[in-house]
Amino acid sequence: MADLVNFTIDGRQLQAPAGTLLINAAKEAGIAIPSFCYYDGLSLQAACRMCLVEIEKTPKLQVACTMPVAEGMVVHTDSEQVRGARKGMLEFLLTNHPLDCPVCDKGGECELQDMVFRYGAAESRYLEAKLHVDEKQWSPVVFYDAPRCILCYRCVRICAEGLGVGALGIGNRGAAAEIVPNRGDHLECDECGACIDICPVGALTSGTYRYKTRPWEMEHIGTICTHCSNGCKTTMGVRNGSIIRCNNRDRSGVNGEFLCIKGRYAFDFNSNPERLTAPLVRNNGELKPVSWAIALATVAKKFSETKARNGRFGVIGSNHTTNEENYFLQKFARQVLKTSNIDHHRTGDMASLLDALHGKTGALATTADLYTTKAAIVIHADLAQEQPLLAFQLRANWRHHKAHIYAITPGPVREDNYGTGVRAEVGSEFDELEKLRERLAGEGELVILFGAAIKSDRIRQLVTFGDSLGISVKYVCLLDYSNSRGASDMGLLPDLMPGYSNVRDAGLEPGLNLDQMVTAADLDVLWVVGANPLARNTFASDRAFVVVQDLFLTETTRRADVVLPAASAYEKNGTVTNVCGDVQKLSRGPKTMGAKPDLEIFGLLAKELQAGLGPARPEAVFEEIRRSVRGYNLPFGVVETGGGAATAPLNGRVEFQAQPELIRSAGNTLFTSGTLGRYSTMLNSVLEAPGTLYHDPGLEPIIEKGSGQIEVLKHQK
Amino acid sequence: MTFSPALEERFAKLLTSYPPRRLRSAIVPMLLYAQDEIGCVSPELIEEVARRCEVTPLQVDEVIGYYSMLHRKPLGKYHVQVCTNIACQALGAEELYDHASRTLRLGNREVTEDGLISLEEVECMGACSWAPAIQINYDFHHFVTPERFDRLMESLRDGSYGKKAS
Repeated sequence: MADLVNFTIDGRQLQAPAGTLLINAAKEAGIAIPSFCYYDGLSLQAACRMCLVEIEKTPKLQVACTMPVAEGMVVHTDSEQVRGARKGMLEFLLTNHPLDCPVCDKGGECELQDMVFRYGAAESRYLEAKLHVDEKQWSPVVFYDAPRCILCYRCVRICAEGLGVGALGIGNRGAAAEIVPNRGDHLECDECGACIDICPVGALTSGTYRYKTRPWEMEHIGTICTHCSNGCKTTMGVRNGSIIRCNNRDRSGVNGEFLCIKGRYAFDFNSNPERLTAPLVRNNGELKPVSWAIALATVAKKFSETKARNGRFGVIGSNHTTNEENYFLQKFARQVLKTSNIDHHRTGDMASLLDALHGKTGALATTADLYTTKAAIVIHADLAQEQPLLAFQLRANWRHHKAHIYAITPGPVREDNYGTGVRAEVGSEFDELEKLRERLAGEGELVILFGAAIKSDRIRQLVTFGDSLGISVKYVCLLDYSNSRGASDMGLLPDLMPGYSNVRDAGLEPGLNLDQMVTAADLDVLWVVGANPLARNTFASDRAFVVVQDLFLTETTRRADVVLPAASAYEKNGTVTNVCGDVQKLSRGPKTMGAKPDLEIFGLLAKELQAGLGPARPEAVFEEIRRSVRGYNLPFGVVETGGGAATAPLNGRVEFQAQPELIRSAGNTLFTSGTLGRYSTMLNSVLEAPGTLYHDPGLEPIIEKGSGQIEVLKHQK
Repeated sequence: MTFSPALEERFAKLLTSYPPRRLRSAIVPMLLYAQDEIGCVSPELIEEVARRCEVTPLQVDEVIGYYSMLHRKPLGKYHVQVCTNIACQALGAEELYDHASRTLRLGNREVTEDGLISLEEVECMGACSWAPAIQINYDFHHFVTPERFDRLMESLRDGSYGKKAS
């Protein structure tokens, strides 16, 4: 710790490390100094002048947000002069600020309201008419109301520094000054909405939330975003059973500040009118709505019959369902249906990484590690597009700790702007790594993040390279979806059980993988849970009975004989594991009439089949996972209180047949989210800026017709 | 975008006048010199200055919005700036500006049809001791009365401005 200095605030003798800002030193001691523009983690601005304090022997009031504590400093934060200054500043801020609080989105959670309430400035000496400027819409997401703006620059800084985009600036000056977007009258940016969340007043409002409700009418439920693999905590504002907004203003969760457009706005798929709300059973060639009882009985009957005559089952799991659901599903498949034909869409080769790292401890980087590591290298991934939180973490690490960031990618990436960007096609990354060897070895500590192009033997080669550097190296195998990691960890694989033990150790034989199941002509039953394997494949088996659990009528659902409407991740309790192995808790927010969580569906089917798989309750299954799955003996309290608990490393080999051809990243950008993304109106409304995502050379981008008129940019082989 | 050799030379010198990673310090002088050469700050110029100073075009835009001496539209050949700040105001600058506006038939920041003269109401130019003051391009004119203003405008029109003492 740096040298401590002694100083006095409001008569209290305090100590803090040299260099501590007065505003933070006071906060540490429980003394609140008000401010608008000061924001932890962003550059200093000293624009709002709310934090003026009196420092003895200094003739004028000083701003506490830029003033470091000094030895012997005597500070007064509540003197007559300071109170007068605060009141004066608030009166200034209210000069042109409209008092439309009764209709303003921010009313009730507005920092300006709170300050006026606390420090007073209810009376104004101004008689002049307030300046008015009409509200502007900059994108489907962002609206700006200039008169409400107090010019604290928080939005400008979070965009430039936090996101590395810099889409906002200040135009004009004096009373006419206002925030301006980077494209004249509109924004071209990540559309993440960080500027809206960080706005202390109602100047920036969101297209999804504005004028919909009052903050106190909602219930605020923290859960984990169901889109990409980064596992950001998002707080759902739920009113009358539907989500009105998502944000992370309390800065909890592994993501702190951060959410991308998907976390903040792409929750709207949940209330898409195309949601399935009743089970469907194929009757005379057509899917007809039936009761849950009939649908479950139909499935159970088919399962029993098929089992009785030793028919062939195939089970395809999901990248979005919870750990508990994935665990229960593989148990159902292996113990009840007696099949090893179980798989999921693999978006990264986690098993190969774990095997390559056997015997090492602490070799898997957590989300938090990305913010503290001295150096990081990204190989074949456009982090800002595909893994936005991880990109944010590295950027924050570079800003706050001067971390060295490297990127080896075929195309330009955002990391180039603050690190060392190297262009290399897939296959030549190791040549470039060799060239960087000395620099990397000199870093002392390194996190290597790699995309789906690095798989199987290349991962082993990468770990060998990491070992040869002679420094501490941690790895992140980049994956696509919210529980891609959990699907792999929970044994939705034909040859691996939960915790990556080989099926042979459990006395089973490896089964068919995803591609083999789709192309097998002799499957009797295909059970698809929350996946869309038929998006661009035709199912080979004509005779197979297809059971699908999903939210929407996807290509796969259309081929089903029985469709069971599933609840979304926002409508469930359970846990998910993010790309870095942080296990976090989902909490049920909204409800969709007629849909059930997948775990409940499994439980009901197990009951129909008298299978005796134990209680299908998330808590009970999580306990079983904690007890039995390698790496998942997690501290219950951390997960329960909404923290991210890191999975433990495996201390043994992973015996399995490498199948690199099955590792396929969907190449989602910031504005796509696989099949789910098609059903988010907000996500699709900003597609004019899909970003510059490069992709596997073998994958060509195509425009895929989604539901309705929505066109989704996807990549197809 | 390229500029005259003299301006390019000036820019080259500017870009070496500031510490490393502080190229943005050159934004204001670059814009001002370039504006003198090409007549205004065009979108193309914004892009060019942003590129040379290693900032985003938006950051250049912020500077232009802040400084009143940078203009997005071309000014007249002679840009007439009338100070109406407090010292000049006390000595009749508001009446002078009204007179200018009326006789030139120009509003604030407008240009005559022939492109010869543009008018702008400006804040203090530091010529308080000689108020009311106006500035034509870079030249100051002191103790300006409406009559003296008319003579100045006449000299702009007949081409005699700057050739003899006015």
